[in-house]
Amino acid sequence: MSCKRYVSRSTAIAARMLGDEMMVMSATSSTLFTLNEVATVIWEAVDGATPLEEIVTQKICGRYDVTPEVALQDADALVKQLAEYGLLLLSDRPIEQPTCSRKVNL
Amino acid sequence: MPGMTEAGPCSSVVVEIGDLPIRLRCDDSAFIDLLLERYAGYVSTSGEASFDFEIELAPPGTVSGDEDLSVTCDSGRWFIQRGDFRAKWNPSTGRGRIQQTINPYSLDSVLRIVHTLLLARKGGFLMHASSAIRNGRAFLFSGVSGAGKTTIAKLAPPDAAVLTDEISYVTRENDGYFAMGTPFFGELARIGENLRAPIEGVYLLAKGPENKIEPVEGADAVRGLLGNILFFARDPEFVKLVFDTAFEFVSHVPVRRLTFVPDASVWELIT
Repeated sequence: MSCKRYVSRSTAIAARMLGDEMMVMSATSSTLFTLNEVATVIWEAVDGATPLEEIVTQKICGRYDVTPEVALQDADALVKQLAEYGLLLLSDRPIEQPTCSRKVNL
Repeated sequence: MPGMTEAGPCSSVVVEIGDLPIRLRCDDSAFIDLLLERYAGYVSTSGEASFDFEIELAPPGTVSGDEDLSVTCDSGRWFIQRGDFRAKWNPSTGRGRIQQTINPYSLDSVLRIVHTLLLARKGGFLMHASSAIRNGRAFLFSGVSGAGKTTIAKLAPPDAAVLTDEISYVTRENDGYFAMGTPFFGELARIGENLRAPIEGVYLLAKGPENKIEPVEGADAVRGLLGNILFFARDPEFVKLVFDTAFEFVSHVPVRRLTFVPDASVWELIT
């Protein structure tokens, strides 16, 4: 990766931790995803403001036996894949977080 | 006629599924007669209704049957349409309008969707499942088409009241989850008993060489449930409601896998 990558969770998802699994549902496709432990660490850390490289250094390298290069490569592949499913947003600039959400009017 | 009122040229019937009375108006009294038959057992005699739909019957040949279902929300109004019907509904005013063919099963689809939207707000849902009450408790048997929902319902012993063989109605109340009867049927072609009972458990169906019950827990239970809950709207907030409801439900109600031989012996396990 030549430039910093910023990652944010999409607002069109629903997510919950159950046991040691993070379950994420896409609101646009209604597809259900289950994240493993490492993916869950990244999922919980992405905030739109912290570069992915920093998240990997702080949250992954200190906790798992993996080199920073490999960890970043894997994390980059993961966030790209989740972005393709519409679960994450990627940018080379910090991503502003929404402050409110619309309620369903029933 | 019980549940039917006359108001000028427009007749109406109040259909009450899951304690939710919905008035259906149509100026074609023959169609109202059809609805009285279709929803027998679910026609309210009180005349009170929470929502009011006016049905306009489209002339034969004017509605295409090919269009896929679409459920969208815009400024608080829901738009529900498929090849055989178009409906719009404003929950805040309680009024809606349906254009459809004379086929009452088009109305079935609209009602199912309206109920899923209303139930989601209250922590309930409709589910692809047959259900029955036995010994005062409700059992739900869930699965995709061909999994055995109707088979289980057909095999139900005389002391079990079948609520539906196709679409189960689940409500959340203060003291837990309840299953209620529905007029929505599958191959059984029989309207479910209009009864309710607390839910004992959900059984994910699988056909096999022997009858056995295994617990399904955690993420697998949520997956099993979400795979069979009906939800049509792609509205993010609505999807989140359904997602949260599935988690709440599995934290209160046991989910199990029921592998069964398609004969009456399976009901020996359901008590």
